[in-house]
Amino acid sequence: MTAADSPDELVISSGDDVVRVRQLVRNRAQAAKLSLVDQTKLVTAASELARNTLIHGGSGRVLVENLTRNGRAGVRAVFSDDGPGIPDLQLAMTDGWTSGSGLGLGLSGSKRLVDEFDIDTEVGRGTTVTVVKWTR
Amino acid sequence: MGNEDSTRLRDLLGGDQADLLRQWTEGAAKPMQGRLTEAELHQTLGELLALLVPALGEGLDVEGPGYASVRALLTELSREWARRGFTPSETASAVFSLKDPLFAAADRQSAPLDTVIAVSRWVDGLGLFTFESFARARESVINEQAEQLLELTTPVVKLWEGVLAVPLIGTLDSARTQIVMEKLLQALVDTGSEHAIIDITGVPAVDTEVAQHLLKTVVAARLMGADCTISGIRPQIAQTIVALGIEFGDIPTKASLADALLHALRGSGVDVVRQQRRRAN
Amino acid sequence: MDRVPLLSLGDALLVSIQVDLDDETVLALQEDLAERIVSSGARGVVIDISGVEIVDSFIGRMFGSIAALSRVLDAETVVVGMRPAVAITLVELGLSLNGVRTALNVERGLTILRKLTAERHPRDAEDDDVAFDDHGGDGGEVMAAQPRA
Repeated sequence: MTAADSPDELVISSGDDVVRVRQLVRNRAQAAKLSLVDQTKLVTAASELARNTLIHGGSGRVLVENLTRNGRAGVRAVFSDDGPGIPDLQLAMTDGWTSGSGLGLGLSGSKRLVDEFDIDTEVGRGTTVTVVKWTR
Repeated sequence: MGNEDSTRLRDLLGGDQADLLRQWTEGAAKPMQGRLTEAELHQTLGELLALLVPALGEGLDVEGPGYASVRALLTELSREWARRGFTPSETASAVFSLKDPLFAAADRQSAPLDTVIAVSRWVDGLGLFTFESFARARESVINEQAEQLLELTTPVVKLWEGVLAVPLIGTLDSARTQIVMEKLLQALVDTGSEHAIIDITGVPAVDTEVAQHLLKTVVAARLMGADCTISGIRPQIAQTIVALGIEFGDIPTKASLADALLHALRGSGVDVVRQQRRRAN
Repeated sequence: MDRVPLLSLGDALLVSIQVDLDDETVLALQEDLAERIVSSGARGVVIDISGVEIVDSFIGRMFGSIAALSRVLDAETVVVGMRPAVAITLVELGLSLNGVRTALNVERGLTILRKLTAERHPRDAEDDDVAFDDHGGDGGEVMAAQPRA
């Protein structure tokens, strides 16, 4: 896997930032020539995860970059925060589960919208979610 | 060692290039059996030879930077010959047939075994690269054709004002079903139709993935404010669906396209009435 | 923060969403809508999302909130113009938008609202003057007709 160019980093600390994350991810998805439906799925997932980072993580950041693997182009977004972490990941990944801090459908739904989904979280250490979407 | 070899190879190639090219063209033409004119072959191989001589100045590594223009030409060649229906072996053979005239030249100069081995390895490298490019080129041609075929076999048909149908024929795979889904939904928006029918009479079998896609299409259509019916479910498919435990829930399914059309018409406030014949008295 | 404009179409309000919605804009929209429904006596709300490229669970919940809010104020809501890519994504996301009615476009949405209001307020529906016509479809302010005495 090689990075096609340098990654962009955005701070997520307000509702406006969530909008900025959407725009950034959309630009990267268009650059990778993802189909319209795939672009929509990726940007929607990014919106969910950015919101999670803001609401559950307190604030955080996202790193977005274009990738290539085996001749296919893709986009990777890494959301990270230094928030409380997720105590019961299994439960959080179940559909329809909502914590007081509004995780809701965010995680399980986002996972279905992307090709690769990885989550690294520990109570007291924060959370990092990595998602990748490839061209078909 | 490498430098000596590349120098010796340059000597072999440097000799009588016109004669070398002639021998090469003759050798390459034989398996082609006239599908390619000698003149064309002569031209193409001539271009290649012209690039190979200076490339040798950079060494023997076909993947190295000095061979960029050689690789570009070979890629172009593979693409062209792939389109024209030549096999990968035929294309690579044209390159491999450079060996014979080079062996002959090495023999005339009583070159050492090392040189002969170097010739063989070097041409092998070129031939293999050609084979690789060919495979990649053919894949992309196949992909293009597959896309075109997909376009042709997934028509969205207007059955009535506000009623669209997609009659699917043949085996469904995940990719094709997704394309059908997107086309149908877009057509609903473009035509302002509120009823969609996906007819699978012509589909012999449905697997879980395809069934899921069909279901998602129906739900998506509903979200958009239209309704979607699936018709033409054969008994075998019905059994498969039940066996796989797929829940069709409250999604309307009709045995035939005709039933589905009637259902859609009624949904849009239209009814079909049998005409009464008046008997003449 | 942008404020989403509200247009009167007969007895309905048209909300045409063209911008990327952030939290503040959503809250402002809900406030404006509540106020306008009451002040105009509107019976229906049409939310046109044909210009919306992304609907995430937050926006989805907003639709639900607006529908519930309107119902409390005796108005019905229809969301119209959902793009295919958005619909496909919502299905994958698992968002069902329960309790929110949808239609293909503004025209269909108004038709649905007309039927719904006729069901809920049969006496008003007999009056020809009270209608959800959009008089040519180009929106704009139209005075709500007064019911005959």
